[in-house]
Amino acid sequence: MNSRARLRGSGRALLVALLAFCAMLSGSLAGSLALSRAAQAQDISAPLAQLANDNYADTEAALGALALSGSPAAAQIVAALADGKLVYSSTAPRQIFIRTDTGLIDPLTMQAVAPAPAVKPVRVNNRVRRAIEAANGALSLVSPDPAKRIDAAIAVARSRDEAALPALDTALAKESNPKVKTALVLARASILIAKEGITPAERIAAVQLVAAEGNQEALAILRGVPDSAAPEVKQAATDAIAGIERNLATWAIAQNIWYGVSLGSVLLLAAIGLAITFGVMGVINMAHGEMVMLGAYTTFVVQEVIRQNYPGLFDWSLIIAIPLAFLFTGLIGVLIERTVIRFLYGRALETLLATWGISLILQQAIRTIFGPTNREVGAPSWMSGSFELGHMSVTYGRLWIIVFALIVFIALLTVLRVTRIGLEMRAVTQNRRMAAAMGIRTNWVDAMTFGLGSGIAGIAGVALSQIDNVSPNLGQSYIIDSFLVVVFGGVGNLWGTLVGAMSLGIANKMLEPYAGAVLGKIALLVIVILFIQKRPRGLFALKGRSIEA
Amino acid sequence: MSMSDTRQPALLGPSGMIFLAILVAAAVLVPALNLMTPPDSALHVPTYVVSLLGKYLCYALLALSVDLIWGYVGILSLGHGAFFALGGYAMGMYLMRQIGTRGVYGDPILPDFMVFLNWKELPWFWYGFDMFPFAALMVLLAPGILALVFGWFAFRSRVTGVYLSIITQAMTFALLLAFFRNDMGFGGNNGLTDFKDILGFNIQSDGTRLVLFVLSALALGLGYVLCRFLVRSHFGKVLIAIRDAETRVRFTGYRAENYKLVAFVVSAMLAGIAGALYVPQVGIINPSEFSPANSIEIIVWVAVGGRGTLVGAALGAVLVNYAKTYFTSGMLAPYWLFMLGGLFVAVTLFLPKGIVGTFYEWREKRRPPPDGADAPLASPKPAE
Amino acid sequence: MLNLFSQARRVAGRAAFGAAALALAGAGVPAHAQETIKVGVLHSLSGTMAISETTLKDTVLFMVQEQNAKGGVLGKKLEAVVVDPASNWPLFAEKARELLSKDKVAVVFGCWTSVSRKSVLPVFKELNGLLFYPVQYEGEESERNVFYTGAAPNQQAIPAVDYLMENEDVQRWVLAGTDYVYPRTTNKILEAYLKSKGVKAEDIMINYTPFGHSDWQTIVADIKKFGSAGKKTAVVSTINGDANVPFYKELGNQGIKATDIPVVAFSVGEEELAGIDTKPLVGHLAAWNYFQSVDVPENKDFIKKWQAYTKNDKRVTNDPMEATVIGFNMWVKAVEKAGTTDPDAVIDSIIGVSVPNLSGGYSAMMPNHHITKPVLIGEIKDDGQFDIVEQTPGLIVAEEWSPHLEGSKDLIADWRKPLNCGNFNVKTGKCGGAGQ
Repeated sequence: MNSRARLRGSGRALLVALLAFCAMLSGSLAGSLALSRAAQAQDISAPLAQLANDNYADTEAALGALALSGSPAAAQIVAALADGKLVYSSTAPRQIFIRTDTGLIDPLTMQAVAPAPAVKPVRVNNRVRRAIEAANGALSLVSPDPAKRIDAAIAVARSRDEAALPALDTALAKESNPKVKTALVLARASILIAKEGITPAERIAAVQLVAAEGNQEALAILRGVPDSAAPEVKQAATDAIAGIERNLATWAIAQNIWYGVSLGSVLLLAAIGLAITFGVMGVINMAHGEMVMLGAYTTFVVQEVIRQNYPGLFDWSLIIAIPLAFLFTGLIGVLIERTVIRFLYGRALETLLATWGISLILQQAIRTIFGPTNREVGAPSWMSGSFELGHMSVTYGRLWIIVFALIVFIALLTVLRVTRIGLEMRAVTQNRRMAAAMGIRTNWVDAMTFGLGSGIAGIAGVALSQIDNVSPNLGQSYIIDSFLVVVFGGVGNLWGTLVGAMSLGIANKMLEPYAGAVLGKIALLVIVILFIQKRPRGLFALKGRSIEA
Repeated sequence: MSMSDTRQPALLGPSGMIFLAILVAAAVLVPALNLMTPPDSALHVPTYVVSLLGKYLCYALLALSVDLIWGYVGILSLGHGAFFALGGYAMGMYLMRQIGTRGVYGDPILPDFMVFLNWKELPWFWYGFDMFPFAALMVLLAPGILALVFGWFAFRSRVTGVYLSIITQAMTFALLLAFFRNDMGFGGNNGLTDFKDILGFNIQSDGTRLVLFVLSALALGLGYVLCRFLVRSHFGKVLIAIRDAETRVRFTGYRAENYKLVAFVVSAMLAGIAGALYVPQVGIINPSEFSPANSIEIIVWVAVGGRGTLVGAALGAVLVNYAKTYFTSGMLAPYWLFMLGGLFVAVTLFLPKGIVGTFYEWREKRRPPPDGADAPLASPKPAE
Repeated sequence: MLNLFSQARRVAGRAAFGAAALALAGAGVPAHAQETIKVGVLHSLSGTMAISETTLKDTVLFMVQEQNAKGGVLGKKLEAVVVDPASNWPLFAEKARELLSKDKVAVVFGCWTSVSRKSVLPVFKELNGLLFYPVQYEGEESERNVFYTGAAPNQQAIPAVDYLMENEDVQRWVLAGTDYVYPRTTNKILEAYLKSKGVKAEDIMINYTPFGHSDWQTIVADIKKFGSAGKKTAVVSTINGDANVPFYKELGNQGIKATDIPVVAFSVGEEELAGIDTKPLVGHLAAWNYFQSVDVPENKDFIKKWQAYTKNDKRVTNDPMEATVIGFNMWVKAVEKAGTTDPDAVIDSIIGVSVPNLSGGYSAMMPNHHITKPVLIGEIKDDGQFDIVEQTPGLIVAEEWSPHLEGSKDLIADWRKPLNCGNFNVKTGKCGGAGQ
């Protein structure tokens, strides 16, 4: 049970051994029957016995032995281990089986085992996981899939172990795919940089090759030039490092702006509903954050229903949640407007009191129904992961949130500008009596406007459930920022909210690397306070007799 | 009554008299009942209730300070908790220095949290806080100066209405974050706690508690008289005029921003005093006092009691906090937010002028000849 | 007329005030309907901390019910008194006072954050109450009236770092935490410890964020950058509560896998993971003294009863719950040993009391008012549970005063006679910290 390892660095050694072996395989008579027959003759009972010990160090050693054995069963055993499907009988004598949907099978004979004994899974920790990756990576150097061969080359480049050099050379000689070849050459160069006893010219060539990558990993490799290297090599490495750092610094600015836009879009989403209820209608809507929270909980409920009944639809869960969240929170909004807010028009400050009370009730209601703890809202596959854009990493989740925020913004703008209800909303908020005189049902329009603002907040909740806690406190954490954004941008102006959110987001992210998260935020608040002194009605002040008059 | 024919309302109207009478009664009765009745007597006021009432009185003074600027000048400050907390921190720093070698690490100069963070010497802004007069001065100056600087900028640039409210909120939020940092030297999230004595008296002894309670009552009474004095003076009339029509006041030749600034600073100092009295009674001050939600709650107290009535503000603070104490215990504990939230909604809908404001209105209707004492001040126009 | 009127109202007002005072003072008359022993529960049921503390309230209620089913304590039934301090620190002090002086509870189980504990400390000292505090904390404290059943830093942080050094060959460390006392102290202790193990200053990155920090893009990118310097890197996270979910979501999004940069957390347990999709987090670690997945009959039995009590077969258990259970059982045992619930008697009798913990062993109350605990390291599994990858062979005694901190290296606590001191200085031989 005690797994304090004695096999330090064995992962790397294993990788090298495997590489050497695979290079040899591919170098001799690849795919020959003779070889596979020879491999089959290999006895894998020893590593299997080791696996059955269910001890991390033994498992790791067994992995190496298994892969080296060349047994055709090896790949399947490794895969089963990775999936947690490799089990051992808990009663002596311990034996290894692979769990399948139908039952247990014997890894050697591939026959079903009956009767099935009581079993426990062979456990895996991070070290074993790395050994699995190494084994898979090394095996895939002879894989027909070029992508897997590239992965293997990258694994070697990371390990930077001199012992892998001969294997690499062999693999290089055989390789025909240009992309894989580049990866192998790079891996070779990464090793050469730190190798003793090579000529300065060779080393400089390696330095240049690695420097051309220009990323964080290249920096790490270049810093490995030994002190004993010739001065011109060291110079070349220093220059290369400086060059990469300059380049990366420029990219870092781009990356920060990206983070800023991403934070800005979150702020925009959080604030845009408030821009309607507070900005357009003048209701100091303290329950706005709770509308966002209700939207997030709607997403949770939708996902729960999908998980239990239609697991195949999971990737669509957010798309399904958006209209539902809009309708649900919009309905709650209309309800609040009809029962409370409508008695308070013209008494803006008292709406603060009432909506504060409503927010407390909503929070506690959610706490009572769903419990006080966080609820799990999963990410659909198209929102997981990231990709590299130049030297900038872009996560899909954030990208979609930005796109989504902009779509919501444009849609809202269109509703207000183009549709009849939008026209009526603007009319009522600008001059209620005149609008009424024109035959607009102001009551109905009020309810619709508040419902719209709340619905938009609900939609924001769907997006925010992807990056934040889904808990009864969710709304509280956005309410201050939301008010700040609306006021900074200028009350009553949607464009102001957009520009306000983006500038606050970007400013925050530009300050953070220098001042740290806390001081950066404080600095930003002070800047906003000072800015309001300069422009007491925000960035985009309404001209003339605004709602504030 | 002879005052009914003067235009000037009395310094203390009937409700003011009642209010002060209750305060005096409390200041006399509570200690008396605490000290002179046996613990098992039905009339006994346990020490636990004394410090609870003392806390309510501090909140009442805080609410009073908010009512002064909200009810009479129309400044809705969503950051008044910051002034309260600053006063509290000034007092807390004095109390920390009084601990001396009785801290867990026994360092004669450094408070425990500094030893804990491996600080070697006292930061400069902690100097002087070992002397009570200096600390007492800072109780007034720290919130006063912040209000002066903030108000000077804000009122001069004519930031009004919700814009002002939101930047006051931003102010208290920024202070929350700042005080929260351990590097600031104010004890971070744990704040200042584990106080031992105040002016040489054991802070936990019943006697000290009673004195603090009486002092809180006194401060509230004096604060009330001061606010009353301010709002019924010529100065106060200008304030009310600013509340109702700032532009017109400006056109009449008044420097509205200066009037607002004075009221704001006075209000901040009152809040600071409330904070300073609060800290020794509850035994802790930490950055959560700066949280915007706390400041919003103060507004709620004032609204519940009745904006622009002073007495109402104090009453609202006591009532809401009593409700909080009551609801957070026993069977109702899991549901108390429903009660509190429902209370706020109900008050807004059914008592739009707050409890005291509604009472005034009801009295107005019942008694045709206006008494003139409270009425002119009691009904703030809804216009903002 | 007016005079009379106001006079009348003055009297009425006074009467009303008196009535209010009476209502508050309702304590004066103890309720004697049936002789019970009252147990105070001081956990936030609303506000930001409700997320963690509500479970502990349920745990105490569960334990009270179990104990009553066994016949109570000293032949009397236990009665839980629940209050809600609403994540508001001054309210914690107020409620503690209410529990002790109005409800006259024999013992209080409560608090989660350090600040709430600090807030109620003076109250417990003044009124001589008993507080069982069930959460891992920064140490640097030992009070006569408080029993700390959660881990001190050496019962959680140091074994976790040891594990990473030995099993993952970690050479570079990111210490990321929320900016409050627990992370500050833990990181100070870890920094000193790592340096003593030969880790260079440039291989340690320390980062603090505010409570509820939700935008982790920059910091996660920094961690990624710090981790790409060629040495194996790990993150030691003392990030608190709410901020964890967005942190882990960002880790998952930016593709930091446990095999690249493992994160070991001290404040993330089964409850917290219940709110996250754990598939991208498989292999990240946590160090606790208990996991729900501990495979011993005592634990299985407890989980079964707990889920039956909460009528929810998915309800998880976690470390602070176990600490509450241990504390509760220790109190019961100490009361039975002393034959009374009198705090002084219980304080004397509880030292040395040993009760079964839920990981198959026994935990004992030590003279420093902390308990002995095993340390377990778990890796996150895709079902939100932990796979225990390491368990210390024996129990670890808490170092309430850390030897790694300048201010406390000479201090010890021993609440037995004759020392009876929480901060005894072994150098000066005096009680009371550093002394002169």
